Amino acid sequence: MTNTSPAVKADQTKLQAESRNATKAQFLEFWYYFSQNKGAVIGLVIFSLLVLMALFAPLVAPHSPDFQYRDSFLVPPFWEEGGKAAFLLGTDAVGRDILSRLIFGARFSLFIGVVVVTIALVGGVVIGLVAGYMRGMTDTLIMRVMDIILAFPSLLLALVLVAILGPGLINAMIAIAIVLQPHFVRLTRAAVLSERTRDYVVAAKVAGAGHMRLMFKTILPNCLAPLIVQATLSFSNAILDAAALGFLGMGAQPPTPEWGTMLAEAREFILRAWWVVTFPGIAILVTVLAINLVGDGLRDALDPKLKRS
Amino acid sequence: MSLLEIRNLKVEFDTAKGPFKALDGVDYTVDAGEVLAIVGESGSGKSVAMLATMGLLPNTATITADKMEFEGLDLRTLSAKERRRVIGKDISMIFQEPIASLNPCFTVGFQLSETLKTHMGMKGRQARDRVVEILTSVGIPNPAERLSAFPHQMSGGQCQRVMIAMAISCAPKLLIADEPTTALDVTIQKQILDLLVQLQQDSGMGLIMITHDMGVVAETADRVIVQYKGRKMEEADVLSLFENPKNPYTRALLSALPENATGKRLPTVSDFAEAGGF
Amino acid sequence: MADDVILKVRDLYRTYDIKGGMFKKASTLTAVKGVNLDVERGTTLAVVGESGCGKSTLARMLTMIDAQTSGMIEIDGLSIDISKTGISKEMRQKVQIVFQNPYGSLNPRQKIGHVLEEPLLLNTDMPSAERRDLALQMLEKVGLQPEHYGRYPHMFSGGQRQRIAIARAIMMKPKLLVLDEPVSALDLSVQAQILNLLADLQEEMGLTYVFISHDLSVVRYIADKVMVMYFGEVVEYGTRDEVFENPQHDYTKTLFAATPRADVASIRKRLAAKAA
Repeated sequence: MTNTSPAVKADQTKLQAESRNATKAQFLEFWYYFSQNKGAVIGLVIFSLLVLMALFAPLVAPHSPDFQYRDSFLVPPFWEEGGKAAFLLGTDAVGRDILSRLIFGARFSLFIGVVVVTIALVGGVVIGLVAGYMRGMTDTLIMRVMDIILAFPSLLLALVLVAILGPGLINAMIAIAIVLQPHFVRLTRAAVLSERTRDYVVAAKVAGAGHMRLMFKTILPNCLAPLIVQATLSFSNAILDAAALGFLGMGAQPPTPEWGTMLAEAREFILRAWWVVTFPGIAILVTVLAINLVGDGLRDALDPKLKRS
Repeated sequence: MSLLEIRNLKVEFDTAKGPFKALDGVDYTVDAGEVLAIVGESGSGKSVAMLATMGLLPNTATITADKMEFEGLDLRTLSAKERRRVIGKDISMIFQEPIASLNPCFTVGFQLSETLKTHMGMKGRQARDRVVEILTSVGIPNPAERLSAFPHQMSGGQCQRVMIAMAISCAPKLLIADEPTTALDVTIQKQILDLLVQLQQDSGMGLIMITHDMGVVAETADRVIVQYKGRKMEEADVLSLFENPKNPYTRALLSALPENATGKRLPTVSDFAEAGGF
Repeated sequence: MADDVILKVRDLYRTYDIKGGMFKKASTLTAVKGVNLDVERGTTLAVVGESGCGKSTLARMLTMIDAQTSGMIEIDGLSIDISKTGISKEMRQKVQIVFQNPYGSLNPRQKIGHVLEEPLLLNTDMPSAERRDLALQMLEKVGLQPEHYGRYPHMFSGGQRQRIAIARAIMMKPKLLVLDEPVSALDLSVQAQILNLLADLQEEMGLTYVFISHDLSVVRYIADKVMVMYFGEVVEYGTRDEVFENPQHDYTKTLFAATPRADVASIRKRLAAKAA
């Protein structure tokens, strides 16, 4: 056994720099593959703008989302005849500025997405990890329960859950998270099943790693790629479902400027004032599309890595 | 005239780290009735050359050559449709992973007769009889029963026989075997190599063996091309290559064979790289 | 030397139950049938056989990945029967394994330094600075650079990865190292380097190897004793020279005959036969 050579000891800082470089190289490679997908980059830009808009809503929005201008009911957008420059996208039936409501609505939509995906992801990953790692009865039991949840049309199940829990944004989010969860469970389980017999897992076992370490430190990081993709796609799904619940009157309650709720309120004016329904609809469409594009790019960037190693 | 003649073949891949030169100006010629072995380690570009010839490389590859002719037919200017007519019929290829190369959803008999129907225009009964005939010639026991077997019901060695059967079913003029025995056990390897060489001698086709195994080269080849990092190191007939290797890299490869070990340590390629410089 | 047996296996069996289905009866498959062997300290036993002969199952039992169905394994005086007693830290420090495929045996999301430190972290209570020193020493010992410490496995070539896998296996200074086809996924020139490294390590650390392989030329080069397995049974067992000069069993003879020969005389003979 040789003693530690002094050269090795002296190079501590160099080592750390090397280690950081490796992490950086990992990221750069990811970015290269991601940026190859032009749609994904556009999606990312739009999504970032949305996030910024939501964060700085009070600064960006020209009006308060709840203030009713009594003299301007159903004012059309500014380029239409009778439009006012003060209300760029017009006002709704009670005189609130649609643009401001959309900007504030982005906060709700993104909040819904983040919360729902976090709940569904964490729950789904833990359950899926246990199912895939333990196999046997535990696995069968968990997967049958998930199959039952998946057997219901997702929106219907969410509706039932909201009906039980009572309408409201928080309950709607919990309901959507429960509905989305089985997808994460199945995905995690499938990834774990293919990883758990790989040599590096066996090697960690031979080195003495316990069940918890094997599950969370050895196997889980290697299953993340498909989960990240699924998480982005679920993010847009959550926004859509929340909008649908809002539209049905089971989600966020008026006067909350949530996009789906806005659509529901405007239902009766579809024929008279197209702008009250069109703009919230476009907002939902653009957001969902942007996030799906990002998810697509993530898949491109993360998949080849899986194949290579 | 040579069967296949390629001059100054260059292949470049686009990667995250910029263009990667897989092949840098290599010449290949194969005559009818000849066994050419292309030998090299991973990264030597030995498979890339033949995949380029077959037009099987992905879009990220840029292929240039001064000449690329099969029986006087310029492969560079072929349209996709014309290429398909040549490939699979006059040139065919077998790969390393026999089980993965067969479609798991269809029976062996179906897959074989498919090739015959596409390229030879055979029909029903006639194709079936021909399939049985071919399977017999590659040494599959009970070929008539084996027709309805799925790939997963057969061993690796048998799957490779089926792959060979498929490759020779249209009586190709050139057969390219890309590491055909690497995934197989030694005793099966011997049988497959013997089969390939025997088929080659019976039909007089050209055979290109792509391999990393010097033993396989010694057992099959007439002529050998040694490649290293996308360049040709040496080209010689098999006997003079083993008897009197000219290139330092070839010498290094041969002396790294454990059976040629003389002392306690095996010489490695880097020992030669420093001394010989290649 | 002759009495210094480090690995003793007696009458070892391993069976697998194959579950019956709707149309199939349940049955058992015996992967390893009554294996006996002794390995002396500091020597190499090569286990040869083709796929499905039970050599990997044997390796998994020796390294305590799977339990034996019956029979005795004794490593350095310590009896191993994990289905009854479980695995202790002491047992783990006796034996380690190196796998065939260097691309699959390293966690793609784990930096090399952490790969090497993992066994120490789990089995000792060494402080982290000491662990890192040891990992750096080990990198040097297997012929890698200290700056490799912070890199990810995919930044290395196959040969380098196999060096890392070997380094991980010897981090705990085991007495016995099971090498499951350690060079068959590697290029010829890299294979030579790894075989040299293994020889150096054996000399330096007094390691004992159980070397599993299907490649007879490698076995002939590295082994002191050779064991040939066929369908779970040992058909030939003896010193290298005994087995190679005078094989007894038909299967061994077939195996030798099938191995490609890369010497000039054999090529001449083949070419002459072809010309005739």
